[in-house]
Amino acid sequence: MSNFFEKSDVSRKEAESIISDTLQKCDDGELYLENSKSESILLDDNKIKNSSYNSDLGFGFRAISDEVVAYSHSNEISKNSLKQSSENLKSTLKSVKGTYNHEIPKSNKKYYDNINPIEQKSLNEKIKILNDVNDYLRSKGDKVKQVTANFLGEQKSVEIIRSGGETLSDVRPLVRFNVSVMVEKDGRKETGVYGVGGRQSYDSYLKDENWKSVCDEALRIASVNLESKPAPAGEMKVVLGPGWPAILIHEAVGHGLEGDFNRKKTSAFHNLMGQKVASEGVTIIDDGTIDNRRGSLTIDDEGTPTEKTVLIENGILKNFMQDRLNARLMKTRSTGSGRRENYRHIVLPRMRNTMMLSGKQTQEEMIKAVDKGIFAVSFGGGQVDITSGKFVFNCTEAYEIVNGKIGSPIKGATLIGDGPSILKEVSMVGNDMMMDPGIGTCGKAGQGVPVGVAQPSILINKMTVGGTKL
Amino acid sequence: MVKDQEFLETKASYCLGLAKKLGATDSSVVVKNSVSETVNFRNKKLDEANRSDDLGISITTYIGKKKSSISSSNLLNDNLNILIEKCIETTKNTPEDEFNSLPDRDLFAKEVKDLNIYDETHIENNQKIYYLKKLEAAASNDKKIVNTESSFTQNKSNFVLANSEGFCDGYKTSSFTASSVTVAKDEESMERDYEYSSKCFLKDLDDADELGKIAANQTIRKLSPKKIGSEKIAIIFDKRIAKGVLNTFASAISSSAISRGTSFLKDKVNKKIFSDKINVFDKPDMLKGLGSRNFDSEGVKTDTLKLVDQGILKHYLIDTYNGKKLNLKSNGRCGGTSNLYFENGNISFKDLLNSNSKSLYITETIGHGSNIVTGDYSVGATGFLIENGEFKYPINEITIAGNFKDMFQNITLANDLEFKYATNSPTMLIEGMVVAGK
Repeated sequence: MSNFFEKSDVSRKEAESIISDTLQKCDDGELYLENSKSESILLDDNKIKNSSYNSDLGFGFRAISDEVVAYSHSNEISKNSLKQSSENLKSTLKSVKGTYNHEIPKSNKKYYDNINPIEQKSLNEKIKILNDVNDYLRSKGDKVKQVTANFLGEQKSVEIIRSGGETLSDVRPLVRFNVSVMVEKDGRKETGVYGVGGRQSYDSYLKDENWKSVCDEALRIASVNLESKPAPAGEMKVVLGPGWPAILIHEAVGHGLEGDFNRKKTSAFHNLMGQKVASEGVTIIDDGTIDNRRGSLTIDDEGTPTEKTVLIENGILKNFMQDRLNARLMKTRSTGSGRRENYRHIVLPRMRNTMMLSGKQTQEEMIKAVDKGIFAVSFGGGQVDITSGKFVFNCTEAYEIVNGKIGSPIKGATLIGDGPSILKEVSMVGNDMMMDPGIGTCGKAGQGVPVGVAQPSILINKMTVGGTKL
Repeated sequence: MVKDQEFLETKASYCLGLAKKLGATDSSVVVKNSVSETVNFRNKKLDEANRSDDLGISITTYIGKKKSSISSSNLLNDNLNILIEKCIETTKNTPEDEFNSLPDRDLFAKEVKDLNIYDETHIENNQKIYYLKKLEAAASNDKKIVNTESSFTQNKSNFVLANSEGFCDGYKTSSFTASSVTVAKDEESMERDYEYSSKCFLKDLDDADELGKIAANQTIRKLSPKKIGSEKIAIIFDKRIAKGVLNTFASAISSSAISRGTSFLKDKVNKKIFSDKINVFDKPDMLKGLGSRNFDSEGVKTDTLKLVDQGILKHYLIDTYNGKKLNLKSNGRCGGTSNLYFENGNISFKDLLNSNSKSLYITETIGHGSNIVTGDYSVGATGFLIENGEFKYPINEITIAGNFKDMFQNITLANDLEFKYATNSPTMLIEGMVVAGK
């Protein structure tokens, strides 16, 4: 736990009084303090390329009056700097006449331990694993031409001080272990990438030489792609595998259900509350409360405990994801979805772990039901245009389906669809829901935050596949 | 106010001194300060005001051929002491790499020219508000516009780069950026588009009125889009998309991708990779250039490079580490390109539109579909169908795909280059790409 005022010329009491004075006639606001420590150790091209350590400290001071947000941040936790920020906020919000909303829900639940993963494993142990990864993969044959592996670890301590002195705090561990391998055969090069991570120690993911399975998966994907043919172009049926392909859900509907876009009516979903937006049997939730998951949070960055928010229930749109600002303006409550990348950024409503729940069918039944289409198993990233609702994601492992059977692997292609209508095209929902391996980062308004996704296998009746084969 | 040179230099030399005392054989340090003030408007009203003051330091220490680095936003000496000690400890425990070193002494930049990239002018928030009011009034003039979001940012930065070889230099830069994002709606559809202007000098910034009008017009013309069938078709990239082709090219010729063997342009120096008439420059000393610089992020001098001459690749973008690995000298491109651009082609924009009876004009792409290992390209796209040189109707929910190796050989450029970003291209025609739609 960080004591943010220990080495500062401003005492906690003095800070509290500056906060209360600044926010007295505002509708909401807080001082957000953050102290993060992170490391990155990278092996590439047979060598430890980089070992770096970052320590970041700062505050963000926010005052909200009606719809207007004033924000000021600095690296320096001092009396001078807090006062300057306070003046800044006051000068933006000239004549405020709101009533500060003191209400904030409480919970004692915690979804991860207060640990510092960086200190739990020595540098030498980490370097040894990276070298072992390199040796292991390169022992798999001459076709392995390049291996990159890295550890990313972080501990972030946050404290939120509200008007009146109410204080909420959280210590968040986060780790990620990634392997990328490039293979070459007959002059053709392909890459495979895989990783694992979450809010636990490195050892929770890498014990018993579990790193080998991460290597095997990266190599398997790369090897499959060596045999891939050009992807088809045009509309066809698509079967998505379970787990990570749920970034479809994240892009297609997740972003469109974030409160800010709906308050501003710029989301393609803003007028669809209570309406049918997906096939029957499709239920989607956004859950911040799963133990040790990458997207989980004990409290969000405004201090609200996270929850399991039902977004779509059996095809019907039920809830948006809300931070305090958008919840107040839309006359509802925060769903604990207020997040920011760090103290340099304002809070926005964001996803946590976005999941489509299991149905009854099997993946086999789905494949059998397709005459001509593709089976997409693994993805790179995705993106969405909130307003038009069009979204894309990039396959990194996919196969053609011909007459109900899985055929040859196909080259990476972009798939494009329409968010508000795609879930109505879901004709089968599998019984095999799976979480992703814990590697996702979501970008919005220039801010990246760790997120998770999950889904069972699904069959989509119609999507456009962006290949080159006509 | 952004911190002055003296403050940054004092911090830098403190770190170099301490690193040496603790056993570093070499070290380098960057100290940066960046102060920006942003005002956002939404639907003609103030939405957000944001001030940020970012101070940061990053230090790399070497012990022989061992290397490690740390960075922090806390510049108090107490904290720096702890971090540098930790950095030295980590360096000792990190394996050697024979290519680790500071740049060769004779490559450091010797003179720092005034590139005209810092404007003293300070624009107060109420002046930003005045600009944004004018902009939003122009943007929301048409009834089809249902939402406007606009932003004005002033940024002032200063930095010092110093190393144990005696290099110590830095300079201030400024930028003034205005943008407008508009949403338009009709019975069938809702669409979004934007316009943007960013300049080193406030007085060069686009007129607010003009910027708002362009954003609105670009959005309204996208309404009621259609989806087209899958076919092979000529693609015309609007300038704001065409520059992305150059960015992919730059990643593929970076010395790190080349030395790792993970680029489709490996071993292509002195080979023809573009069509005949294509020339690509990277010019760091452009006055008021958004990518202008006196030296790269290692302090190495940067000269103008003609990267592509008549379609032939002439240089990679080389930093010290990968240069040593490839047995090439750094050409001052650690951290990437500066002002990168395609030289103008020799036909007009109008003639480019007319060069095929039917083509697709792309104004936006989504997705991360560029693979620099294989050269494969596949992205989601939005744009317009062009027939006989005329804009017919808007198109969306399609993808465009190809391979850069082929695409580069089939580029025709218009003669309408302007320097709006750090990387710039004239309007670009590429023949033979595949569109996937219905």
